[in-house]
Amino acid sequence: MMRILSLPVMIGILTSAIRLATPYLYAAVGEAISQTSGVVNLGVDGIMLTGAYAAFFIALNTNSLWLGMLAAAIVGLLMGLLMAAISVTLKAEQGISGIGLYMFGLGLSSLLFKVTIGTVKTIVGFRPVKIPLLGDIPVIGEIAFRQSIPVYGAFLLVPLAWWFLEKTTWGMRIKAVGQNPAAADSLGVSVDRVRYFSVCLGAVLAGLAGASLSLALVNLFQENLTAGQGFIAVALVYFGGWRPLGIMGGALLFSTVNAFQLWMQVLGVRIPSDVAVMLPYLLTIAALAVTVNRGRQPAALNKPFERGEN
Amino acid sequence: MPPFAASDISRPVGRPSVDWADLALKAALPALAMLAALLIGAVMLLLLKTNPFVAYGTMISGVFGSVSGITQSLVKATPLMLVGLGICIAFRASVINIGAEGQMIAGALMATWFSLTFRAWPGWLLLPTTLVMGFLAGAAWGAIPGMLKARLAVNEILSTVMMNAIAAQLMNLLIRGLLMDRAGIAAGTYLAQSERLPEQVWLPRLVPQTMLHAGTIIAVVLAVAVYLFLWRTTIGYRIRAVGHNPDAARYAGIPVPLYQALSLTLAGGFAGLAGVMEVIGVHHRLLEGITGGYGFSGIVAALFGGLHPLGLIPASWLFGSLLVGADMMQRAMQVPSALVSTLLGLVVLFVVGSSLLSRRWALRRMITVSKPRDVEP
Repeated sequence: MMRILSLPVMIGILTSAIRLATPYLYAAVGEAISQTSGVVNLGVDGIMLTGAYAAFFIALNTNSLWLGMLAAAIVGLLMGLLMAAISVTLKAEQGISGIGLYMFGLGLSSLLFKVTIGTVKTIVGFRPVKIPLLGDIPVIGEIAFRQSIPVYGAFLLVPLAWWFLEKTTWGMRIKAVGQNPAAADSLGVSVDRVRYFSVCLGAVLAGLAGASLSLALVNLFQENLTAGQGFIAVALVYFGGWRPLGIMGGALLFSTVNAFQLWMQVLGVRIPSDVAVMLPYLLTIAALAVTVNRGRQPAALNKPFERGEN
Repeated sequence: MPPFAASDISRPVGRPSVDWADLALKAALPALAMLAALLIGAVMLLLLKTNPFVAYGTMISGVFGSVSGITQSLVKATPLMLVGLGICIAFRASVINIGAEGQMIAGALMATWFSLTFRAWPGWLLLPTTLVMGFLAGAAWGAIPGMLKARLAVNEILSTVMMNAIAAQLMNLLIRGLLMDRAGIAAGTYLAQSERLPEQVWLPRLVPQTMLHAGTIIAVVLAVAVYLFLWRTTIGYRIRAVGHNPDAARYAGIPVPLYQALSLTLAGGFAGLAGVMEVIGVHHRLLEGITGGYGFSGIVAALFGGLHPLGLIPASWLFGSLLVGADMMQRAMQVPSALVSTLLGLVVLFVVGSSLLSRRWALRRMITVSKPRDVEP
């Protein structure tokens, strides 16, 4: 036990924790935007998988990591359009359409992987970039300021998303549509257009979440690479009370537990790995159970809008 | 409005009367959704440089051209039907159960452990108790998210997904530990499977030389039973009332959270039973990947069957055939089986997407039909 508490190990755990929080952050902030407009997108995991595949495939064939990120964003946008068409235009039940989107994404990414790549290959992903000055701070610099660019991007997204939702006209529209679509509609805000925008923005971020996984964290693609991280991201939105900062707290809590679990296995602490892998899922259920800020839930969440109803 | 507007699927209140035009409409939309998915599948097959006509031809002749194809479809239809029954019950109460995979695992683990532990018991005692224990294990796995929803308003979609992951890890742990085949350990192969179950717990095979087992009959009987339960009993009526209009149900004095938890518990039980059947009917031991993804494809079958226990019988048979056909296609033409999971996802999207059309259709019919009919309260 003493070895776990030594400084180098602690630094190692926290460095991994920040890295591992990246996909959760992109996906959960994106989902928060989508849910703020009133649409629950449960297909995040499927979008992440297609994004991760597209990013990896393009990066593998063009040797450009940035083109890979772009591909993931485009694929995310396409998946978002599909989800929006079904849940906004066709007003389908959102939970089930999300599961359909998940199954579609899981199947499609596996299919394309088998056909175009075949075996598990690795690439050289985004390398750590040391930020001048900040990176030289002892301990903290090592933990937080020697990460790769997608990791920095994920953490920059948090204040950016807060500013967007709280301080811009578009953010206000998204909130209005999620709280009271009929009122927003009567004031001339196009409910459908705002929801399309929010779902697509969320889906682009989910695509980037997948890309951060395959290009910056594990540097490979395999079938079902995400292993349910997209669902955890959705849970984090509830846990964080639809606020970017709360989501970041939740994501870091999760990734710290995960990093701790991984390091324990590396250090050979004798607990069955299956039990260790179970931890994040148990934690998710516990987190959902203790979440109290349900009052912040957008009032029109999960409700398709039809003019003249209600 | 409840999710998926149960109103367009059937009139949940009062005695059902057969409305054939309505029924034809409900059958037509999923069929169109399926057709659309198969068309997209054909485009994908072309992109994979496979002739779609040959591929679909292989599928159809593989499924319907031989005894083994037909029986194998029914073998796969059985867990789909059982899982789907659970999905129907939960959905009628406006509860979405994504946890069938985990609940199946819970049932399969229980059936394996129970029948191996009490292997001295005679078949007439061991078989029914194993079925009941498996049902209870699945029900317990469903009751946890059910109670979390009832007591703490935890979103059941998320908690059931998490319960799936936990069950999968639990299975990994047990199949390599407590339940691992001792012969495999002795021989040093360490196969991730359990010992073969005692013969008296095996479900009888219906056709010799095939895997078709008595579980298929049990599943059909249960589908009818669930129909009677939902439409002819007080508890069933309340479950549907909760799903149809929770506020009205609350005013009528029905404890809504309790009935939602109950529906999720029952759903878990049926999925658990599906897991039991795979163990005692098909494989006669616990294997890795015992769920075969039925927990998810069962949702598709249930949607396709209009979330109705009786509609589920043909729907699961159809999807069982589709899964067998996909296996054949994969073997004969090297098309990855992931193609079929992709298409299943599309079928879900198209079926839920078409619900608006069917709702509008139903509304128009209600307005234009001149003769008085039992309009919803």
